[in-house]
Amino acid sequence: MSEVPPPERVRVTGPARRRTPLTRTRDIDTETRLGGIYMGSLLREQLRLAVRILLLLALGVGALPLLFHLVPGLARRQVLGLPLAWLLLGVVVYPFLVLLGWVYVRRAERNEHDFAELLSEVER
Amino acid sequence: MTPTLGLDAAPGIVAVTLVTVATLVIGTWGLRFSRTTSDFFVASRTVRPRLNASAIGGEYLSAASFLGVAGLVLTFGADMLWYPVGWTAGYLVLLVLVAAPLRRSGAYTLPDFAEARLGSRGVRSACSLLVVAIGWLYLLPQFQGAGLTLRSAIGAPSWLGAVIVGLVVLANVTSGGMRSITFVQAFQYWLKLTALLLPASVLLVVWAGDGAARGTGGPATWSVPLADGGGQGLYVTYSLIIATFLGTMGLPHVVVRFYTNPDGRAARRTTLVVLGLLGVFYLLPPVYGALGRVYAPELARSGHSDALVLELPRLMVPGLAGELLTGLVTAGAFAAFLSTSSGLTIAVAGVLSQDVTGRSYAGRRLAGVTAFRVGAVLAVVVPCLVALATPDLGVARAVGLAFAVAASTFCPLLLLGIWWPRLTDAGAIAGLLAGGLGSGTAVAWTLLDGSSGGWSKVLLTQPAAWSVPLAVLVMIGVSLATQARVPAHTGRFMVRLHTPEALELDRG
Repeated sequence: MSEVPPPERVRVTGPARRRTPLTRTRDIDTETRLGGIYMGSLLREQLRLAVRILLLLALGVGALPLLFHLVPGLARRQVLGLPLAWLLLGVVVYPFLVLLGWVYVRRAERNEHDFAELLSEVER
Repeated sequence: MTPTLGLDAAPGIVAVTLVTVATLVIGTWGLRFSRTTSDFFVASRTVRPRLNASAIGGEYLSAASFLGVAGLVLTFGADMLWYPVGWTAGYLVLLVLVAAPLRRSGAYTLPDFAEARLGSRGVRSACSLLVVAIGWLYLLPQFQGAGLTLRSAIGAPSWLGAVIVGLVVLANVTSGGMRSITFVQAFQYWLKLTALLLPASVLLVVWAGDGAARGTGGPATWSVPLADGGGQGLYVTYSLIIATFLGTMGLPHVVVRFYTNPDGRAARRTTLVVLGLLGVFYLLPPVYGALGRVYAPELARSGHSDALVLELPRLMVPGLAGELLTGLVTAGAFAAFLSTSSGLTIAVAGVLSQDVTGRSYAGRRLAGVTAFRVGAVLAVVVPCLVALATPDLGVARAVGLAFAVAASTFCPLLLLGIWWPRLTDAGAIAGLLAGGLGSGTAVAWTLLDGSSGGWSKVLLTQPAAWSVPLAVLVMIGVSLATQARVPAHTGRFMVRLHTPEALELDRG
């Protein structure tokens, strides 16, 4: 058995890296155009969400006086032993408001989560 | 309506005493945690969402909610259901547009926010003036309601309730500030809910035992909203909706509580819990209004409808049980005055201490906490004196005016300040002036004259539907004309308002 000399050890090195990878938060901090686009997208998303929720509020609750005004018999129609107007304005409206608020909080937190992920991705 | 001081006054006296003592004890207990100026103003920003939501609920449910709504429903019928709906929906609007950014702005008070956003002392002064004006306008009916409650419950003279509430609030606020008030108000939400829920359940059982009696007398249109079918009714309802939906975010005592949340996310979650708490509470006042229609229709005719919640248990349940229930609602009503006036006093005192009592005069300057205490005395004494001097003004009506002023001034400022980078200080001042003068004229008209009838008077007594759009348009128009004045730090401030705190960003 002839001894095969072990292969010479080779030091493998990659191209030099920055110690702290630049994240996209830099773009916002230094107010570059790209940073402005990131911020604009967050603002737009959150505002769009808010407007959608407020539209639901306007349609679901804000339209009731107009409805009662245009269809006079509607408000006094009895539902579950109560006049419809009392049932809607005295009871049903409150769970509806909480539901809208719950949907909003979930979506708004998700928007912020997405934004944080976008920013924490490392620049290449 | 004015029983003499006698045996039947006992439950009322006990109730008022208990609430007052409990408030002072909890406030003193909270004092152990209050050390710094930051504790005084914002409880050092460490209040968790559920405790904070109870405190906000406790603070928000004022005399108008506890007494006013039931009285209004008794007198005016189904149209008045819009008041509690609007007061709750206002929190939804606040949640989606303002809650998290306002907390993230890192400011103590509304004037702080305005100054930080627009970099202008002028805007700051205008906001300070408005906070004090709205705060006093809102405190006035609280003191009047306190007088009414003591008169109705124990036959005491009207001024006594106002003086007691004023003194207790001062004792609490000046000793412990925001930190101790948080515990007091959280306690008072649950007290108020119990004080309406328990009697309401008993009264509903009594009513069912009567064979679900129907009300007699009065117009049959009572239970139908917009029964007169005219355009004026529609205008009044929509104006009310605009004032309450948009005014909530501009009330100084509501806004100041948002700074006590740890971060923007907590501010949102707190607001969601508040929506639930308010929804549960507001199921109850219309029950009193409807039962009052059956058992106490003479209250509406006599003009003492604000006392309905206090009188109804005694009218429907004879003997000791009725007296006990009366004691309970009296306790709840007193809790309502104490908590709302405490919150308002903190908000007004915070602004006064920063902009008036904390300034240096003739080279001398009061220290932080002392300036806050002096501010608190000013915040209570002025509306208390006005409440003693003015004749009865409908409790819910005065509160409605405060909402209209808030909706016409702070609502546009907050909305545009948070969502529109092109707002300028000149635009903000012009808009505040337009909205403030518009709604202020209406307030002065209502307080001085108050007669109704005809379109011009309808427009004056319910100004929000025209004064809010006016303020927004003026604010946008003047801002667009003065774009050179957009502050240089606007971009960075928007980053602070809208990005989650977990991100490491330069927030200016």
